[in-house]
Amino acid sequence: MSIVLKLENLTKAYDGKPVLTHCSFSFDKKGIYVLRGSNGAGKSTLLRICALLEMPDKGKISFYSANNRLARNIDLQRRISLVLPKVGVFNRSVAANVAYPLKIRHIAQREVSRRVEQILELVGLSHKKNQQALTLSSGETQRMGMARALVIEPEILFLDEPTASIDDENTLIIENLLKTLKQNGRATIIMTTHDPGQANRVGDYLLWLKNGQLMTDFRKCEEVKMCG
Amino acid sequence: MAFILESFHSALILIVRLDPELLSIMLLSLKVSGSALISATIVGLPMAALLGLTSMPLKGFFLNLMNTCMGLPPVVVGLFIYLMLSRSGPLGFMGLLYTPTAMITAQFVLALPIIVALCHSAIVSVDPVIRQAALTLGATKSQASLTVIAEARYGIISAIIAGFGRLMAEVGAILIVGGNIAGYTRVMTTTIALEADKGNFELALALGIILLGMALLINSLLLIFQRQAIVRKL
Repeated sequence: MSIVLKLENLTKAYDGKPVLTHCSFSFDKKGIYVLRGSNGAGKSTLLRICALLEMPDKGKISFYSANNRLARNIDLQRRISLVLPKVGVFNRSVAANVAYPLKIRHIAQREVSRRVEQILELVGLSHKKNQQALTLSSGETQRMGMARALVIEPEILFLDEPTASIDDENTLIIENLLKTLKQNGRATIIMTTHDPGQANRVGDYLLWLKNGQLMTDFRKCEEVKMCG
Repeated sequence: MAFILESFHSALILIVRLDPELLSIMLLSLKVSGSALISATIVGLPMAALLGLTSMPLKGFFLNLMNTCMGLPPVVVGLFIYLMLSRSGPLGFMGLLYTPTAMITAQFVLALPIIVALCHSAIVSVDPVIRQAALTLGATKSQASLTVIAEARYGIISAIIAGFGRLMAEVGAILIVGGNIAGYTRVMTTTIALEADKGNFELALALGIILLGMALLINSLLLIFQRQAIVRKL
């Protein structure tokens, strides 16, 4: 059973400067939502609020499963995941980094090993599992960040500019990974990007943030591209 | 010059032969400083974590206090503990003066500010994104805090080693509260002071060589952990 995220009139300001103004939307479909907007439009703030890292000043953020509203607690937090633009690498091996979310959930070691192997295979980092994570390239670090978020099989995955500072080769690997996840159809993915091409390649639904307001475009990304 | 060389030669013989008196003094030193260090770490690390990871009231005051106390003169600490433990002092009934426990207490007071201040510094220098990453991966607040502490481990170990170095070299406080009683409260630094006064340089030099060796070992360990911490920051 998947979960649905509903935003109602979210408002957030920093030092009196409004960042989000009455943002409302319901993420109720499977697939990839792409959130676009200029620098400082509030994309990251919105993702952080959705991922329960921050509280809005006003408005409501609710998660539903089978029409039942879920309580905002650690159980809910463990069903979603956010990959930040700066991954936050732990000073451990790649495998230990990826195992971290499973260990804090007290999952048995054998299962941890199995899932870590599986996810590292998926992101193409199996051969680096014993390498010190801090020595990875920026593209590999981003892929490891994805693996770390995906290993818990989140029902909603938030990605904040997942390919912002990496080369074309790693961007392609991550986009292919997103397409695979979309085909599996297990998670709702909400991502931000500045790259219109990427939005068209991987996105299903497009949202814009402008002047703190969330504007929804219910056409598919491809249609938006066609319309220019 | 010949006299110095002769004393040095005798000192080396004492070390090579593992002289029982030398060994017992060394072991007592390690026991006193080790116990003080372990106690200071058990108390100081949670204090450092509390100061570094929460927004508690009077945080600035406590940090300032700990930083100031890092430079506490050992003789002043010794004098204070002496007054507390002396027969007419508030804790005199415990009969702890001139015992290893009194020495451990004095060294605990000296080590605590070092452990708190340096561990706090190590914890707050961890990139804030580490805590955020832990939270986004489903960590509870306490699990996220433990992750930050784990990331600060090289800095924390450096703090503990620095504390140990300070305690092993300390003489003023333990001399006042321990009394330098042979076979009971006589440790390396107090023995060196006493034997040098007596003109018995062999034992003083032997202990000096061991102390220098320990300082070298401690500094080497510090260097290794600091290098690890630098790698972490790159």
